[in-house]
Amino acid sequence: MFQLSKWKTIPILLTVLFGVIFSSPNLVSKDIRQAYFPEFLNPLVKGLDLQGGTHVVLEVDGKKFKSELLKQLVGDLRHRLRNVVKVRYTGLGVKPGNVVSVTIKNLSDVEKVLPELRKLTIDNSGSGFGDIGQSMGFGGPGANLYDMTVEGNKISFTFVDAGLNAKIGSAIKAIVKILGDRINSLGTTEPTIQRQGVDRILVQVPGLQNSQRLISILGQTAKLKFQLACDTQPTGPNQRPPLDCEAWPQKEYPTQNMWVQTSRKAVVSGEHLVDAQPAFDQRDGQPIVTFRFNTKGGVEFGDLTRKNVGRQFAIVLDGVVMSAPVIQTAILGGSGQISGRFTVPEANDLALVLRSGALPAELTIVEQRSVGPSLGKDSVSAGLNASIIGLIAILAFMLVSYRLFGVFANLALIANLFLLVGILSALGATLTLPGIAGIVLTMGMAVDSNVLVFERIREESRAGRGPLNSIEIGFQRALATILDANITTFIAAVVLFGLGSGPIKGFAVTLGLGILTTVFTAFTFNRLIVAFWVAKKRPKTVPL
Amino acid sequence: MTRFRFLPDDTNIGFMQYAKIAGMISAVMCVASVVLFFAIGLNLGIDFKGGTLVEIRTEQKADIGSLRSKISTLKLGDVELQSFGSDRDVLIRIETQEGGEKQQRKAIERIRTVLGDTVEYRRVEVVGPKVSGELAREGTIAVIVAILAVMVYIWFRFEWQFAIGAVLSLSHDVLLTIGIFAILQIGFGLPIIAAILTIVGYSLNDTVVVYDRVRENLRKFKKKSLHEVIDMSLNQMLRRTILTSVSTLLALGALYSFGGEVLRGFTFTMIWGVVVGTYSSIFIAAPLLLFTGARISEPVKPEGEAEEPV
Repeated sequence: MFQLSKWKTIPILLTVLFGVIFSSPNLVSKDIRQAYFPEFLNPLVKGLDLQGGTHVVLEVDGKKFKSELLKQLVGDLRHRLRNVVKVRYTGLGVKPGNVVSVTIKNLSDVEKVLPELRKLTIDNSGSGFGDIGQSMGFGGPGANLYDMTVEGNKISFTFVDAGLNAKIGSAIKAIVKILGDRINSLGTTEPTIQRQGVDRILVQVPGLQNSQRLISILGQTAKLKFQLACDTQPTGPNQRPPLDCEAWPQKEYPTQNMWVQTSRKAVVSGEHLVDAQPAFDQRDGQPIVTFRFNTKGGVEFGDLTRKNVGRQFAIVLDGVVMSAPVIQTAILGGSGQISGRFTVPEANDLALVLRSGALPAELTIVEQRSVGPSLGKDSVSAGLNASIIGLIAILAFMLVSYRLFGVFANLALIANLFLLVGILSALGATLTLPGIAGIVLTMGMAVDSNVLVFERIREESRAGRGPLNSIEIGFQRALATILDANITTFIAAVVLFGLGSGPIKGFAVTLGLGILTTVFTAFTFNRLIVAFWVAKKRPKTVPL
Repeated sequence: MTRFRFLPDDTNIGFMQYAKIAGMISAVMCVASVVLFFAIGLNLGIDFKGGTLVEIRTEQKADIGSLRSKISTLKLGDVELQSFGSDRDVLIRIETQEGGEKQQRKAIERIRTVLGDTVEYRRVEVVGPKVSGELAREGTIAVIVAILAVMVYIWFRFEWQFAIGAVLSLSHDVLLTIGIFAILQIGFGLPIIAAILTIVGYSLNDTVVVYDRVRENLRKFKKKSLHEVIDMSLNQMLRRTILTSVSTLLALGALYSFGGEVLRGFTFTMIWGVVVGTYSSIFIAAPLLLFTGARISEPVKPEGEAEEPV
């Protein structure tokens, strides 16, 4: 018999009720929701395209990351060969193809240096402490980072892929934390920062007004160094710096490079900073950033300034000389200031990024999408209008086409809609503008399942079956078609989900879930309504 | 009270007699689409080409000419401006600037400077060349994977003859969609790929429903020719085809007219797809069964195999 038993009816009605309850937070204003609704009932979360906000994908600059590592390896090698093993060598440097090689002068020394150099093939820190880090016992991942090969008296180092990837992985972990600190100090709510793929980081900040500022604080590596200036300075552009010096452009004199010393004794690194604050210079009122070192940094900085009174040193930030004051007296208190013709926001941001610490690798912004709040608002109202108008049009169309059965179809459609929105809300899914389109499209296509059933009932009835029999057979035979037809669209939605990011994924989610709820309603609620009508009216003919 | 009827009751249209001519028209259009694709090409958006897109709203009616001349002083290379929805909204698209990510940011800064403070920035998107290359590759792969996946599904559910018919008619739909994009030069971005995938789903949905009926009738009417069976099935499903297409078009029409400018290309694609998909299910997918010679392999499963214990 076509009737449904109670123990089937009740779960169906409960499911629809679930849909209504979980959709309800979307239908009332925020005030009412906060006053009367329990905490587990939440409205749909609006995506960045609906509430405004910024989506940024950053990528670790792999080339720079490798060349930094190799530079560090060269430094470590030099230190060991010169000061630890004390042998004569030549040709130490980074060669094309990410190779570091060195030639030991005496073949007999090779055996002597190998044990010492082999230590360098192990990733010793994961945090950029280099040789010092290892000697101080900073435990790194311990992965094999380099392959060492010996040919005669020539020793070469190349990367081990696994070790390099682990190194990038730990760098990204650190970056995620640092970027989190930076974004949080902007005072925004609920940013998302997560690793994406091998070497990318996705940052999403909803509701942010000033995307330019976000981009600028995300993009800064904030690697700060204090380096003594070299005795000779370039007299023209593109000159090669002397040994143990490197050339950096200057912020205040962009056309003129400055040469600064690279030896250990001439450099204090910014990693020892414990605080940085924006301030104004007491003499000329210019915006500056003041900073404070920890004890170790304070001692190093004190030593450097004490030994070099009267000489010039450079404050180098991310490869640019901010300013290059002359050391007047020893700076022993462990604090100092950076000037560099900053604007007030620049000084604020610099202090912010210095406080959060330097990124262990340089980042490039490979994708950025920002939506202003006004466009988001417009999209919400456009989406809402389209949904309401689309819904009314479809309801009217079904009513006109099927009359009584149109009412049944419309009830099923509304139940379907509640279920879809209810499930999306319960899952905490993010609603995007394409997601809204997915819901509207679902409404249009959901009708199909009813149409298939009704047309089948109509055919059976015209073939001479009685009304109950036609309805029974109509439902049975249409269901296989409904399944077949919906699975194809579902496959498309799954592929789309795999491809998409952000808004497109939102579309795939609503489309896919919409198909599930459509099939569910077609198999259950739709049938329940018709069964109820049959029981009540005992129809003699089918009005189709 | 007489019932308002706009649906035909019992039709007996000889669809198959138009199949040849429809097939020829479609073949010509498919070839034309491929030619247009290579000759004119698609108006690829920044998703696939890389570059910067800025949507602005001006205080008064936007003077695109003066905006263009202001921006052209910046020498940012290939710059496109177009009105976007209302006459105050303008979309500015600039090509990827040489010199890496910093230069893209600088270009935006310079546009901001030259346009002044009275302009509201509604949307800024920057896609680097690496990401756009990946998106283009992934988008193409997604469409191919979707077509293959549904082909496998149809193959399992039906016979191989049906799978070939379905995939050819799907490819027809996708080709014609690419063709219309080449002609109209509408911006082709990631949402369009999403729309094409949806078309793949929808058009197949239509095809499957027709095939389902063809299969059923093949079993029921063993004496009738395939030609007759296909015509009969199409007529039986005509009301359903019309009802479903109209309701889907109503939903899409509402989205197209009221869903805002951002969605317009996306919904346009789907409207086109529904129209083309409905046409191709009837005039391409169904007649193709004649060419592949669809049969139902014995033993025949009993009727009502799909009976659901409810």
